[in-house]
Amino acid sequence: MSQVERLQWDVVVVGAGGAGLRAAIEAREQGARTAVICKSLFGKAHTVMAEGGIAAAMGNVNDHDDWRVHFRDTMRGGKFLNQWRMAELHAREAPDRVWELETWGALFDRTADGRISQRNFGGHEYPRLAHVGDRTGLELIRTLQQKIVELQQEDHRELGDYEARLKVFQECTVTRIVKDADGKVCGVFCYERESGRFFVIEAPSVVIATGGIGKSFKVTSNSWEYTGDGHALALLAGAPLLNMEFVQFHPTGMVWPPSVKGILVTESVRGDGGVLRNSEGKRFMFDYIPDVFKEKYAESEAEGDRWYDDPDHNRRPPELLPRDEVARAINSEVKAGRGSPHGGVFLDVSTRMPPDVVRRRLPSMYHQFKELADVDITAEAMEVGPTCHYVMGGIAVDSDSAAARGVPGLYAAGEVAGGMHGSNRLGGNSLSDLLVFGRRAGLHAARYAAGLDVRPVVDEGQVDAAAAEALRPFSAEAPEEGAPPENPYTLHQELQQTMNDLVGIIRREPEMAEALQKLAELRVRARRAGVEGHRQFNPGWHLSLDLRNMLLVSECIARAALERTESRGGHTREDWPGMDRRWRRANLLCRLADPTGGLAATDPVRGQIRLEREETEPIRPDLLALFDKEELVKYLSEEELHE
Amino acid sequence: MTSYEAGFRVWRGDTSGGGLEDFKVEVNDGEVVLDIIHRLQATQAPDLAVRWNCKAGKCGSCSAEVNGRPRLMCMTRMSTFTRDEVITVTPLRAFPVVRDLVTDVGFNYTKAREVPAFVPPAELGPGEYRMMQEDVDRSQEFRKCIECFLCQDTCHVVRDHEENKGAFAGPRFLMRVAELDMHPLDSAEAEGLDRKTTAQDEHGLGYCNITKCCTEVCPEGIRITDNALIPLKERAADRKYDPLVWLGNTIRRRSR
Repeated sequence: MSQVERLQWDVVVVGAGGAGLRAAIEAREQGARTAVICKSLFGKAHTVMAEGGIAAAMGNVNDHDDWRVHFRDTMRGGKFLNQWRMAELHAREAPDRVWELETWGALFDRTADGRISQRNFGGHEYPRLAHVGDRTGLELIRTLQQKIVELQQEDHRELGDYEARLKVFQECTVTRIVKDADGKVCGVFCYERESGRFFVIEAPSVVIATGGIGKSFKVTSNSWEYTGDGHALALLAGAPLLNMEFVQFHPTGMVWPPSVKGILVTESVRGDGGVLRNSEGKRFMFDYIPDVFKEKYAESEAEGDRWYDDPDHNRRPPELLPRDEVARAINSEVKAGRGSPHGGVFLDVSTRMPPDVVRRRLPSMYHQFKELADVDITAEAMEVGPTCHYVMGGIAVDSDSAAARGVPGLYAAGEVAGGMHGSNRLGGNSLSDLLVFGRRAGLHAARYAAGLDVRPVVDEGQVDAAAAEALRPFSAEAPEEGAPPENPYTLHQELQQTMNDLVGIIRREPEMAEALQKLAELRVRARRAGVEGHRQFNPGWHLSLDLRNMLLVSECIARAALERTESRGGHTREDWPGMDRRWRRANLLCRLADPTGGLAATDPVRGQIRLEREETEPIRPDLLALFDKEELVKYLSEEELHE
Repeated sequence: MTSYEAGFRVWRGDTSGGGLEDFKVEVNDGEVVLDIIHRLQATQAPDLAVRWNCKAGKCGSCSAEVNGRPRLMCMTRMSTFTRDEVITVTPLRAFPVVRDLVTDVGFNYTKAREVPAFVPPAELGPGEYRMMQEDVDRSQEFRKCIECFLCQDTCHVVRDHEENKGAFAGPRFLMRVAELDMHPLDSAEAEGLDRKTTAQDEHGLGYCNITKCCTEVCPEGIRITDNALIPLKERAADRKYDPLVWLGNTIRRRSR
């Protein structure tokens, strides 16, 4: 039996971004002693990079807005693949979640009458995004962080200990979820980055809120933390992942210089009036309005331009189509030879608004281009191109409780949970998703923990196995006698290149098959990834452990993408270009091929992941009635319409 | 694209000590210091410890001292140096080293806990807040802070005086007090909390002698000294010397 320190809490939240912190606040307010574990320092999570805003139908700027309109927009954006109940809860609850932030000290930008201002964004019918300039994510994370500190201050006053009921374990990483003999969650196995020390937090409820998977792709807007940890933890614990083929490529990432390639250029640039042009100076988006959106978007530049001031009598410009449409259009323009010098297209605000307005409304974009690319966006156009941004797929959860399927005590919220956004997420719906489902996950995790008479007991064998697995990189075997072990950084770069080239924005069957072959080779090599030095703050070691997760998640994406023979949202097949109504009700579930959680299978054909297909529940009739029949026939099959 | 080989000196070590280590490393167009540190990790020093997250100047993780100057490594472009210049990268000096470029920034989290939170107005429910943009502008400027702690590192009150750390919150958290004090709906006073006085008495505002070092290193360009610290000092002073306030405080104290 290993000598690993044990700590006891009621709820453990893995991840301290928006979803994790909101879950922790809720669990603690429900009375659960709550621990938060995060890979970075408290307050540094990827949520800080969210720029545009939080979508919530408060109707502050246009009072026609309400939750039904938001629900409709979300379903359209996701091409009707969304778990409709999640989209409904999200649209209904988002305004309360935003208003609540104000009572915790958040300071959003204001309307002229002193309410929270709301801005336009792609796919949203009305101005809907509560925002703070273009640093909304920072405001969100800081507000939640400060709320946690407030709760800790309360505990300090009452109990003399800041961490009596809510503690953040910063710079710690979870490598395994531990279960009891009956398969119930009973804790997490972790290491502390600073010391390399292992510890186990015993808790009957675990909320996974680890965000996304972007670091498996070469060009990405995501930070180093986005290695698919939570996706992998859930898989290894026996929970299925849903619709992993849907990966969002944000249309506008920086493309130059190479070292910043992929860094996000906020959609607010377009929401506030920025336009996309090709090398011929043409606003090409007018050529890319798909049939399903024809009635909703402007036909001419003049109409699109009038819309900013008179949205009731004009239609929005096509630069504000959902992200998947814009990303594909940019990709096509560049392919057709009409791209910018560095392989993107031009995004221009300099001819659309005066310099001081640009600097006021888009301060961090101004700063980012000035500092990193020597480009003054008030005077010249930006060069932009698609960048891997978000995964719509994720842990399959119950819509109401955020409970992961099949693993009692496991919950998931935020980007790591699947279903809410269907095949494509609308901008602004991520921050609201974090708040709505973060709260729900925290609530139900706390209730579940409180409702147990007996706590599940940790299976010691699992703890020993987790410790051995985490230490393996220090004793990696060389690929051959005398050669050094595999370099984890090299393996990571090869993985990123593979996913970028073969399972990227436009997909083809032979390439995805090749990707699966390459992933299998990388899996074999990753088992021999070795590290130098010791366990204290050793990034090479950390990366070696993260590789397991990235390889698992990448296989899920490649396998599901190969299986889905249609194009929809964030999944575009060159060999299957159309959206197929028969696929609308099909969900693809990824499970670990070895149900015992083993990872020995390296066979490229079978791999580590098994796919299952299931049919979704029909959309509730009152929700379906929110759409016109003419619109529904574009998405739903005959039998669905008649049900 | 042009490449060249740069000379880097990086501090390596841990709590027991360490020193500068020399490296020769490739540099390409448009790269920043953090790119070079990552290249060192990938090719020469796989266990080189460094914090970073967003690589876009938004999270404030990759703080270090570049040629002795507190900076975000992700926002320090290599083109600001000459090609033959040897670039020295060291950990933040005001905080204890953990390993290599990683320091123990726990001081900042301790100080954050000592600042009482926003106090919501009792009479307003969620959704009922009304604030004018011009009234939130000031606090919004301070909320741009990414908590890189460069201001905390550079401030001479603690940089060379470990003994001041107990009594001094540092520019970042004095600015937090100012932010709450200038929040149009903060109701701390109604709860008997005078943020101006506590800035002086509990968070060490008096130690600050407005040398503006914090403002100079702020990667967000927040005018910490001019907009937060000086106004806070003025408000605290007004408080102290205002006879009505004095009288009020005396009476309140007596009636307790």
